[in-house]
Amino acid sequence: MGNDDRVKLAHGSGGALMHELIESLIVPRLANPILESLEDSAELPDLGGHKLEGGRVAFTTDSYVVQPLFFPGGDIGKLAVAGTVNDLSMKGATPLYLTLGLIIEEGLKLSVLEEIIDSIAKAAAAARVSIVAGDTKVVEHGSVGGIIINTAGIGVIPDGVSISAARAQEGDVVILSGTIGDHETAILVAREELKLDEVIESDCACLNGLVDMLLRACPDVHVLRDPTRGGLGTTLNEIASMSGLGITIREADIPVAGKVRAVCSILGYDPIYMANEGKVIVIVPEDGANTVLKAMRSHPLGLEATAIGTVGGKPGVYLRTEVGGLRPIVMLEGVQLPRIC
Amino acid sequence: MTDPVMEVESFRSESAARVLLGRIERLLKRAGATTDKPVALMEVCGTHTVAISRFGLRSLLPGSLRLLSGPGCPVCVTPLIEIDRSIAAAETPGTIVATFGDMMRVPGSRSSLESARTDGADIRIVYSPMDSLQMARENPGREIVFLGVGFETTSPTIAATILAAEREGLGNFSILPFFKTVPEALDMLAAIPDRPLEGFICPGHASVIIGADAYEPVACNRDMPCVVVGFEPLDILSGIEALLQQVAAIRTGQGHARVEVRYKRAVTSTGNIAAQELLREVFQPCDAEWRGIGVIPGSGHDLSERYRRFDARERLSLDVAQPIEQPGCVCGEIMLGRKLPTDCPLFGEACTPRRPVGPCMVSTEGSCAAFYKYER
Repeated sequence: MGNDDRVKLAHGSGGALMHELIESLIVPRLANPILESLEDSAELPDLGGHKLEGGRVAFTTDSYVVQPLFFPGGDIGKLAVAGTVNDLSMKGATPLYLTLGLIIEEGLKLSVLEEIIDSIAKAAAAARVSIVAGDTKVVEHGSVGGIIINTAGIGVIPDGVSISAARAQEGDVVILSGTIGDHETAILVAREELKLDEVIESDCACLNGLVDMLLRACPDVHVLRDPTRGGLGTTLNEIASMSGLGITIREADIPVAGKVRAVCSILGYDPIYMANEGKVIVIVPEDGANTVLKAMRSHPLGLEATAIGTVGGKPGVYLRTEVGGLRPIVMLEGVQLPRIC
Repeated sequence: MTDPVMEVESFRSESAARVLLGRIERLLKRAGATTDKPVALMEVCGTHTVAISRFGLRSLLPGSLRLLSGPGCPVCVTPLIEIDRSIAAAETPGTIVATFGDMMRVPGSRSSLESARTDGADIRIVYSPMDSLQMARENPGREIVFLGVGFETTSPTIAATILAAEREGLGNFSILPFFKTVPEALDMLAAIPDRPLEGFICPGHASVIIGADAYEPVACNRDMPCVVVGFEPLDILSGIEALLQQVAAIRTGQGHARVEVRYKRAVTSTGNIAAQELLREVFQPCDAEWRGIGVIPGSGHDLSERYRRFDARERLSLDVAQPIEQPGCVCGEIMLGRKLPTDCPLFGEACTPRRPVGPCMVSTEGSCAAFYKYER
């Protein structure tokens, strides 16, 4: 429409538009097999010919933009650590080192910056990662909404662990670590545009502890993915498309907090497409499912872990609804928009 | 008397759904419906269209029942020229256009609001029309134009916003009125010769305001069963059951159409009187153009004489050329109940949610968009 030649906000939504931008404009120009796998983290076969003893290197980067900078359950600093730690964890890697890039807007209060850096330090300590390099830039007032943070991270994937969306297999069980939609709903409510008195906490958390625990219980996990932007629906579609298989999940088994359900239903949003920042989808062979579930439920971030579906059947992602109907879950084009009535 | 099947905690119980589906199947048999000669019912409201698809109800219902989507998505039925006018307002220097989110992607003849925003127009999504008053207070030097889209569900809150603007003496707030009313559209659909449908699943939200009595003329004069239905899956199945009871009775010569409410926890026969008074105070009925259908007499709300100064068209120069609809699109026939989205040659190929050709693909509550998302 009119200006298909420009970048739109919807290109950043995590949906089909963003995938198209990445796959048609960015990846072909930078072509290499590591990038082309399009996983949460790159798996490096070697470091310029130097092999690593006992594992492979995982490497990733992510930038963080959020308004408000502080929200119930977290802040942009904690998010910047958790997001990158989680991207490494989703390859089964133990996260080790992070870099920190700060793009700060002129006029940001130093006390706010202090609070953000303290939060970064706290989250890094809890996740047992060190921030080992960084960069600071200051830009004119009004250009970045206070601060934008970029982090890159490096970790080691232990031998014997091989995790990739392409490894999903017919008959595998799909496990979800807890409730969906908390982060994005928390941010929506925290913006105060909805004028709700409710407080909803973001699930923002580093998942490496939980992942470590479940991998110890079952090293043969096939897929790990954190359903961030675009939510459970988009992430499952990525897995289905990379593995070429079908996935069917059961609506009745997907945990959604009451408050999140209520806010989404007012706006006409589907929690299945709402972003999470502390949840993981685990796909395991059927015979390992119970072991994994038990291990996850013994961790504070996995108390509500549930098997929500299985891999197999017609390619694509399907939902068995609460009343027993069946319908596809497609990848959204762009952002969900609040409806009229 | 309440149906014991509906005495459930969540209105999403699978076992209750099975009971209702059994009854629906028996009623379809009684009505003599077959896959070749199905009973066709129309859900008029976009929220119903989405709920039916979202809960996968079509996959549960027998082939001898056809659910058609009516013209009940207010965004979809907003004419092309009004989209062009909204964009012209947004491109007028010094204005801010405030809108509900689902208007953003609707294609006008050259552009959409989303594209106009990318090109630098100040267009802001609000959750309530009252948010645009705050915008007017904070930007005294600029004109805030709210896009007044919606049925009776939405128009009372916009009427209240106009009254609030008047009380406060806000001189920089106006609206573009694209309002539509439900009963007039249903009457037009029911009056079509050889009409392709046998009952209306009446909108739950609009009925909260206008009351179930508003459908009496359609039910009595046009002999068209009307059942007011809620939005949970069991509500919808129960509404279908009620409609089929009437259809079976009519087909076997044992009854006439009437209005029934299967959403009694929200809808009364008279509706919300205060909201109706608001509508009468601020608006007056007018003929309205429905995109894909044409002009339906008396089916719109314009600002009344007293509040006409809040009409953005009185303040800004928003004359736009009469646009031409793209050929090939069958949205009009879909909204009239003659076709399903999947019958359209453009569906899913030339017409997708990203590049919609017709109105039913543009809004999340449009029937083509719902089919694209949930029923392929």
